Amino acid sequence: MAKMQNKSKTSDISLIDPMLVQAYTIQRVVRETFDTFSLELEPQSGGGEFKFAPGQFNMLYVYGVGEVPISISGDPSKEKPLIHTTRAVGTVTKAMKNLKVGDTIGIRGPYGSSWPVKEAEGYDVVIVAGGIGLAPLRPVIYYLLQHRNKYGRIVLLYGTRTPEDMLYRKQLEKWRSRFDLETYLTVDRATGSWRGNVGVVTTLIGRAPFDPLHSVAVVCGPEIMMRYTVLELLKRGVDEEKTYISMERNMKCGIGLCGHCQLGSSFVCKDGPVYRYDNIKHAFTMWEM
Amino acid sequence: MENLERILTEHPFLTGMDKKHIQTLVGCASNVAFKEGEFIFKEGSDADSFYFIRHGRVQIETHVPQKGAIVIRSREAGEILGWSWLVPPYKWHFDARAVELTRAIVLDGKCLRDKCEDDHDLGYEIMKRFNLIIAERLEQTRFQLMDVYGKNAK
Amino acid sequence: MNNESKSVIERKDFQALFDALSAEGYKISGPTVRDNAVIYDEIGSAEELPIGWTDHQEGGSYRLTKSKKKTLFGFILGPYTWKKLLYPPEKKIWEAQKSDRSFEIVEAESKPIKQAFVGVRPCELKAIGIQDKILRDGQHSDPEYGALRRNLFIVAVNCTNPGNNCFCVSMNSGPGVSDGFDLALTEMFNGKDHYFVIEAGSRAGKKILEKIPHRPAKPEELEQAEKAVERAASKMGRSLDMKGLKEILHNNFDSHYWGEIAKRCLTCGNCTMVCPTCFCCNIEDTTNLGGDRAERRRYWDTCYSVDFSYIHGGSIRSTDYSRYRQWLMHKIAYWQDQFGTPGCVGCGRCITWCPVGIDITEEAGAIREKA
Repeated sequence: MAKMQNKSKTSDISLIDPMLVQAYTIQRVVRETFDTFSLELEPQSGGGEFKFAPGQFNMLYVYGVGEVPISISGDPSKEKPLIHTTRAVGTVTKAMKNLKVGDTIGIRGPYGSSWPVKEAEGYDVVIVAGGIGLAPLRPVIYYLLQHRNKYGRIVLLYGTRTPEDMLYRKQLEKWRSRFDLETYLTVDRATGSWRGNVGVVTTLIGRAPFDPLHSVAVVCGPEIMMRYTVLELLKRGVDEEKTYISMERNMKCGIGLCGHCQLGSSFVCKDGPVYRYDNIKHAFTMWEM
Repeated sequence: MENLERILTEHPFLTGMDKKHIQTLVGCASNVAFKEGEFIFKEGSDADSFYFIRHGRVQIETHVPQKGAIVIRSREAGEILGWSWLVPPYKWHFDARAVELTRAIVLDGKCLRDKCEDDHDLGYEIMKRFNLIIAERLEQTRFQLMDVYGKNAK
Repeated sequence: MNNESKSVIERKDFQALFDALSAEGYKISGPTVRDNAVIYDEIGSAEELPIGWTDHQEGGSYRLTKSKKKTLFGFILGPYTWKKLLYPPEKKIWEAQKSDRSFEIVEAESKPIKQAFVGVRPCELKAIGIQDKILRDGQHSDPEYGALRRNLFIVAVNCTNPGNNCFCVSMNSGPGVSDGFDLALTEMFNGKDHYFVIEAGSRAGKKILEKIPHRPAKPEELEQAEKAVERAASKMGRSLDMKGLKEILHNNFDSHYWGEIAKRCLTCGNCTMVCPTCFCCNIEDTTNLGGDRAERRRYWDTCYSVDFSYIHGGSIRSTDYSRYRQWLMHKIAYWQDQFGTPGCVGCGRCITWCPVGIDITEEAGAIREKA
């Protein structure tokens, strides 16, 4: 026999513990809104290049405090910096908010499924983001714009609570001035000098310029926002099989071994966070699943 | 008038409506424009019209003393503005103000109410369409009330 | 099974198994009596086995009793499972030493020790196979588990005396073993003769067997051993009708009956701790008081705790019934979708060790009936 098939069940298992973290240095901290911030990170050991697909997440470790899953929100075509945008809500993210340039963060990842940028080739792409849900979608926008001729119309619909809650404001302004990206913004509550749309993000769907029969929709935001958004997309005629959402559950290990993020027959960390809607819709209305 | 008829016939809101009924609507319709900052209607005043917005943007507001105008929704080109003309006692519940130069076709609701009473087929067609609008706005308002983003999110 | 390959070891020679395993460098763990229960721990000789002990089990009840028979494996099952030794309840994964504004990770030492488990029941063997799929054979795996499994020697013991809470026949996991062991025994005791019908299931098993005094089994001995296992199959205390159960549970996610169970369920998580397939764990990061040293530990966790599903703002499964439902749905339905097998092997531990005696076979049956 020319080639011996090694049948040992365990031979291909790496002995490196998947719980080990890589040290990254904070290069820049960007205050996005009053309670959200972005960290730009670079590996301390020089390290190999960090490759990720839009929609994937990392586990971020703050020394001595703990670890949290946060989606990657930078440009997937750039090796550095590694960018994460998050809101200071829990123990770990609050501690993270106090970190400064030069401090260290531990990284494991990237994990999870990604947005269907390949499947969407040749289609119009509708990106619907709610609140901080724009962060996991930003890599998609970078990707689509870098491969612009492969897609039909690209529409970004973004809703937040107030104008002050909008992430990446400067970038939104730039995107709005592009001819090859239709950007529509709305807020639940108008404040200050806001003269734009007022109303929930679903109100943008009915009149956004895309061909529903020839579109792929990617949706990210609070679960309720995604439920209403998907209903509206389906009402407009977008196919369930061309609609994608990103779920959030408690992730502890990030690799499908700890069980915390279980959602019915799937583990969100491994089978998600990005799901095709028809594959997860049953869980969408199974409360406490 | 011919121009108004064409615009109304092509408007998605009236898709599927009989030519006869559309002509009735045209009989109650006229063009109107509002300058930036101008009130289209004010809370408490008689609700005797509704609008097909053709250009511009309108804010639905309510005025809170010491706080100023609170914006509840915005309406823009392609949308219908106003349904209080269909519900007794036919009073506006909010202010509507043009944020920028806004052009619209206004329909005389008082005239239309009478015509609907005379012709229930027309009334049903109108009611069906406004029913959708009212239901949609109720849904959107409920969603808005949930305040799903940020720290207030439950 | 090839009967020609089966041999007999006499009771008086049983210690030779321990000696042979020790000589090969295995650390031997097996059943032994402690605190009025049969538990699994490191044992040095056959004399430490629960000689003459048997147990009586009911829903929410476990009693150890002395039997007149001097059997070594006359008990049913204790509260411990082998996962304790393959995927420990608590484990340090790494330490981090703070240095200026960075930190350095030092991986916790883990020596892949050679272990031998003596007295693995068929249902437990099946459970180890199920945990293999999750912790070893998936896209990601636990390296220590894989190493421990690779170095594991399994002495399985067929069941001839199942308990009131046993239903391995329903789960197709007993009372006899078919594969996955290094050595498999059937203990035979008739007051006069006391011997073990033994079969090697691996090269390592053959090697050990060669070092133990044994002789070819007589046809009548084989027949009696087979009959004993067959009789056990007909003596199951409980049964679980698995036919279409997965679909029935999926379709009854919103049944009001979950609420009925929750009136009794204390959500204590005992069933998950004693379950041989439950694998959920928590990852905890801590620091010492000085703050210069941090560590990461893994603990067994339970889906019955409110915190288990917590994300900022609240828990996904905040009601009691949703957490009982999660456990049962996972064991019977989701598990099949995820791993191609139910997560239940019919060992009955969850019934025995439930403080209020909730019975998975009864509750799954009730959902079926009400469907």
